Amino acid sequence: MSFDIPDDRRYLESHEWALETDGVVRVGISDFAQDELGDVVFVELPDEGDELAQEAEFGVVESIKAVSDLYAPVGGEVVAINDELFDAPELVNEDPFGEGWMLEIDPDDPDDLEALLSADEYEEQIA
Amino acid sequence: MPLQTPPLRGIHDDRGAKFTEFGGWDMPVEFDSIRTEHAAVREDVGVFDVSHMGQIHVTGPDATALMQRLTSNDISRLAVGDSQYAAITDEDGIIIDDTVVYRLPDESHPTYLFVPNAGTDEATHERWLSYRNEWDLEATVDNRTDEYAMFAVQGPNAADLLEGIAEGPVTDLDRFEAQYATIEGVDCWTARTGYTGEDGFELIVPWAAAAEIWTAIDCQPCGLGARDTLRIEAGLLLAGQDFDLDSNPRTPYEAGIGFTVALDTEFVGRDALAAIEESGVEERLVGFQLIDRGVPRHGYDITTTESRVIGTVTSGTMSPTLEKPIGLGYVPVEYAEPGTTLQVVVRGQSKKARVETTPFIDTVQ
Repeated sequence: MSFDIPDDRRYLESHEWALETDGVVRVGISDFAQDELGDVVFVELPDEGDELAQEAEFGVVESIKAVSDLYAPVGGEVVAINDELFDAPELVNEDPFGEGWMLEIDPDDPDDLEALLSADEYEEQIA
Repeated sequence: MPLQTPPLRGIHDDRGAKFTEFGGWDMPVEFDSIRTEHAAVREDVGVFDVSHMGQIHVTGPDATALMQRLTSNDISRLAVGDSQYAAITDEDGIIIDDTVVYRLPDESHPTYLFVPNAGTDEATHERWLSYRNEWDLEATVDNRTDEYAMFAVQGPNAADLLEGIAEGPVTDLDRFEAQYATIEGVDCWTARTGYTGEDGFELIVPWAAAAEIWTAIDCQPCGLGARDTLRIEAGLLLAGQDFDLDSNPRTPYEAGIGFTVALDTEFVGRDALAAIEESGVEERLVGFQLIDRGVPRHGYDITTTESRVIGTVTSGTMSPTLEKPIGLGYVPVEYAEPGTTLQVVVRGQSKKARVETTPFIDTVQ
């Protein structure tokens, strides 16, 4: 089975993606991760204004069959969360790289992104 | 130890199934999505490969006596073609396993086939042999788990589907009745027993013919994931979770299957259960719905509204049918009444829950 792995963003080994736009980093989980989890039924996210350290747990995504912790690709302040996921968690399955995004972080150190996997490296990891 | 593989492992793999270890078997957990598979069974028809379930065959002059003394229900009620749900208990009345017993057409003597849970067939076979020898009964006991595949065809349209592919009046079967029906020219033991709370049939088929029969059934394949969500909604026990001899020892009365206990028969555990029936149980398995947001999972604490721990969640899920988080767990009887407010601790946070009547949905049970 092949999965979408857009090369406009970076990845964590724990399957989160990070996309930087105008200095803000948007975060979600990969196509591979949503497929592994199956039907997503619940997403727990931090509050806007929360401070996160890089690789700190920031929430939980639950499918019918499994619970999975979510980790921050970069450290910084949470400046937005996707509260549509509270009523429509299935967006994570339907559009993991788009409408299923989870939060936006104003990074403390933009270089944090450099430490993450490229699309090619992530593809190799899940192969 | 290498995992045992069902006869259709390759067919499931080609179909894109994901697999998991269950009871020592490498079994499909999901084919498409749990939601899709679950909905097929509730609204139409789906098929499960349950070849990991054990098959123990018992026959001989004392077959009835042996079955009577090792299962909790009253075997003497079974005519040929009947089936019965029963518990297998130890001397203390603790559930070792739950099982369905079928009375097959007699060979030269009464003949039974019963279905222990995955991974327990060898221990069950040994238990039967050991007690047969101890009691000096004349019966042969064969473990035929590796000879038969087993499929569960479940859902409101299960009867129509089977009617179309089977020779033999399968739709005339009443609930818990069974007979041989011919599918693809092969005799299949066909029982109208529920696995999901829906109308449905279990087919026990020769391993060598499994692929042809699976292909002929031709409906939504379903995995263990949907099995779990369907069974929780129907309030049906999951072996190893809702009861487990080692980690969660429970009597049939605590587990809500007291109806399988025939105290007027003699069986291992009977005297202990008679005493418990007399004195009453201290804890009972209850169903609950989480009122706050979150999903209850196996192992989470159940507490009072004052946060005193009184039990543990044994099974839990987001119900695909109800779209609500539901679960099962044991609590003291004073907290077991439907409507009682409890809490479930979800990753450190107390979430409000309410005891509900089970099954959570209407079933044909």
